Amino acid sequence: MVRTDKPIDSASSVPDLQLEADEQTIPHLLARNARIHSERIAYREKEFGIWQSWSWNDVAEEVEALALGLINLGLEEGDHVAIAGRNRPHLYWAFVAVQSAGGIPVPIYQDAVGDEIAYVLRHCEASYLIAGDQEQVDKVLEQLGDRSTLKQLIYLDPRGMRRYDPGRLHAFKDIQEAGREGRHQLAGELAKRRGKVNGNTACVMLYTSGTTGFPKGVVLTHHNIITASRASCEFDSLTHRESVLAYLPMAWVGDFIFSIGQGYWAGFCVNCPESAETMMTDLREIGPTYFFAPPRIFEAMLTSVMIRMEDAGRFKRRMFDYFMDHARKFGVALLTRHQVTIWNRLKYMVGEFLVYGPLRNILGLSRIRVGYTAGEAIGPDIFDFYRSLGINLKQLYGQTEASVFITQQPDGQVDAETVGVPSPGVEVRIDDSGEVLYRSEGAFLEYYRNPDATSSTKGADGWVSTGDAGYFDERTGHLKIIDRAKDVGKTASGALFAPKYVENKLKFHADILEVVLFGNKREYCTAIVNIDLEAVSNWAERNGITYGSYQELAGHPGVCTRIRGFIEKTNAELASDPALGGCQIRKFLVLHKELDADDGELTRTRKVRRRIVEDKYHDLVSALYASHESITTTTEVTYEDGRKGSISATIPIHDVKILPATQGAGAKAA
Amino acid sequence: MLMEVRGVSLRFGGVVALDDVSFDIAKGEIRAIIGPNGAGKSSMLNVINGFYRPQQGDIWYRGQKRESGKPHKIAGEGIARTFQNIALFEGMSALDNIMCGRLTLVRSGFWKQLLWWGPAEREEFEHRERVEHIIDFLEIQAIRKTPVGQLPYGLQKRVELGRALASEPTLLLLDEPMAGMNNEEKEDMCRFVLDVNEELGTTIVLIEHDMGVVMDIADRVVVMDHGQLIADGIPAEIMHNQDVIDAYLGVAH
Repeated sequence: MVRTDKPIDSASSVPDLQLEADEQTIPHLLARNARIHSERIAYREKEFGIWQSWSWNDVAEEVEALALGLINLGLEEGDHVAIAGRNRPHLYWAFVAVQSAGGIPVPIYQDAVGDEIAYVLRHCEASYLIAGDQEQVDKVLEQLGDRSTLKQLIYLDPRGMRRYDPGRLHAFKDIQEAGREGRHQLAGELAKRRGKVNGNTACVMLYTSGTTGFPKGVVLTHHNIITASRASCEFDSLTHRESVLAYLPMAWVGDFIFSIGQGYWAGFCVNCPESAETMMTDLREIGPTYFFAPPRIFEAMLTSVMIRMEDAGRFKRRMFDYFMDHARKFGVALLTRHQVTIWNRLKYMVGEFLVYGPLRNILGLSRIRVGYTAGEAIGPDIFDFYRSLGINLKQLYGQTEASVFITQQPDGQVDAETVGVPSPGVEVRIDDSGEVLYRSEGAFLEYYRNPDATSSTKGADGWVSTGDAGYFDERTGHLKIIDRAKDVGKTASGALFAPKYVENKLKFHADILEVVLFGNKREYCTAIVNIDLEAVSNWAERNGITYGSYQELAGHPGVCTRIRGFIEKTNAELASDPALGGCQIRKFLVLHKELDADDGELTRTRKVRRRIVEDKYHDLVSALYASHESITTTTEVTYEDGRKGSISATIPIHDVKILPATQGAGAKAA
Repeated sequence: MLMEVRGVSLRFGGVVALDDVSFDIAKGEIRAIIGPNGAGKSSMLNVINGFYRPQQGDIWYRGQKRESGKPHKIAGEGIARTFQNIALFEGMSALDNIMCGRLTLVRSGFWKQLLWWGPAEREEFEHRERVEHIIDFLEIQAIRKTPVGQLPYGLQKRVELGRALASEPTLLLLDEPMAGMNNEEKEDMCRFVLDVNEELGTTIVLIEHDMGVVMDIADRVVVMDHGQLIADGIPAEIMHNQDVIDAYLGVAH
């Protein structure tokens, strides 16, 4: 492993970072796009069963009307405007309208529970809220009552809004209408405000849920967003011909970069699904050329394919197995243009006709030119499954503070284990403790009202700590991320403990949704396992196992035996790894409830909050290190509407065989 | 008053299903009909939509006495219903089922439909657009193309409501819309019933056994027992009415 203090620059030459005068801000880009792309489609949304579309000209008009309306409503420069709702073109316009009128948009996770929203609204002192529907308005009003800084609320979907106080609540359409009517008086003011917005103005404020502590408001400037978008568009040669599906939370930096940053830079079309439930159907109808999804989505898609194949007829199943086996051997080599014999090429072509093509089509991935996964490590087998089908899926490594991009994989240099080379314009280095640092034009301005956190993360010289431990792979020169720096530790016997690495290995099994590994400073490693309800219930159905609830299924001896099989397999793999033999799991239990963001166990982007889980289930964890055969526990749960309840269960504890490590558990620490 | 039921009696041979029942339905209200099993609630609904013809008494609808009782004619007058046991076409998609509700509104005749191009095509587009609004309203976009036989019970009920709404009724009759649902499905259904009532301005008559639901959403309640009307009033009065309590607890007659 290479540890270096010398920064490693991006593979390509550092790009020219000067932006043209008419490309300084997102509102500038909108004006530019209306000029050069005018009648090309900028947004589509499926509504009433049909894809409705808006050209760049339409968007410019809609955004202007809303900006005028907001000024008319009393929006002042520097005001924070919260935006909450599912992905809809109107809400994307709201971002740009707020920016044009001198405000700062603050998107909120639409599935966040009341007190999370309340914290964010109070912290940024939002004076306006633009909400998708009644649900969002209710949540905010319930939490804040009249004591908040909120002056006006604007809602998009009028459904169910008839009984509300019309003094503070306005329909999105009415605001736009008022803007259009008042154009004469207000246009001058809007032009003045738009003129003051420049590259150093805050473009957006995104709250990072963080795996610990309160969320922090990351302030990204127009310069951050646009330089990062431009560099990444050039990296993958994205043009106005791309088509993307906007389905990830609007409050997540990834969606902001893809749907607004890159969308406005390249001028491509952003498609919004009809509803969260129709996302897969809409994906198939649109067939995006550029697609981004966290590993979880790819896992879920693979799981659903596998389940459907198990229900398929014997002939189809054998055909699928045969050709998938072939694809696993040669698909990736073909994608990366490595040498493959003619015979195997022909066989792959037959597979393409019979299996791969139809499968890509079913998944809605037929037209993918560039696909990315990020956010968490993806299981190598899942990653290779998609690549072997001929999908150019790549990995990138990034974070909110970097305007996403830190490293990404160039075409043809893709590996499941690494995250690629530094993105254009980004410098990356590893410090003495093994932590990854970067410096780039995309690096955030500050954490809002949190100078301490800002200065401890971003040094005066511009280097930003990521909090992740990693190293540059000697062979390829690509960055490899091991884990969160603070999670990597040692077991009591001194062996390296890298929990996420092991968890990811286990999570590849379709039956396992989440795993939390324990073992830091302990004698041996143990795990708390969450079953994947969809996969396990399907297995139960096929084997005639009946169950009444999630809890009952999770406690079923047959399920536990299956899970133990997976863990034994993983232990065997770990035993043959020179560094990680000490991470083998000796005991585990299957948790009686699904880890949930509403209970604070996961972040809103569905990452496990390790410390909170360890804290909350401390009785279970200590039982794993005692000689009990089972443990009885009671757990508090939060329902979607915020009500609380509790469930209790007796959970058996299972032992697993451990293999001797091939080499001494050498401390190849990061 | 949108409808008045005046002294209606209905007999099947010797069985008296309805015995001199009178009440009215105001425009825009949610009117609940409750009562123990066999009280004559569903019969009452069948009289209102013209499926049964009472031996005595009249139905006055929009200020006019109803003469003939052909159900299709009554459907054309703006009365639609859902059924106690779901009565959908199981092999057809949710969309097609709801499209069926537009049947009484189709104007193009047989020959125009056969030719399809032109007027019939344009007309179908109009109908489809209205149906899509209903799908949006009931939030069933994701199951648009799913055969209803594969849907869970709660969603089938919602599709059935959609089909009733597709005929753009003035008066909507719901026969136990929440029967057999779990709490979450019930809450959703209540939401939809209230939304239909308030946003589309549809008058609703519903039969329901869940007292919590009735007391929450109904404006006025009719209570029946053994074919007779035993009480009529707002929910708060009905709850404390001794006759109603007796009927439900089963006092000897």
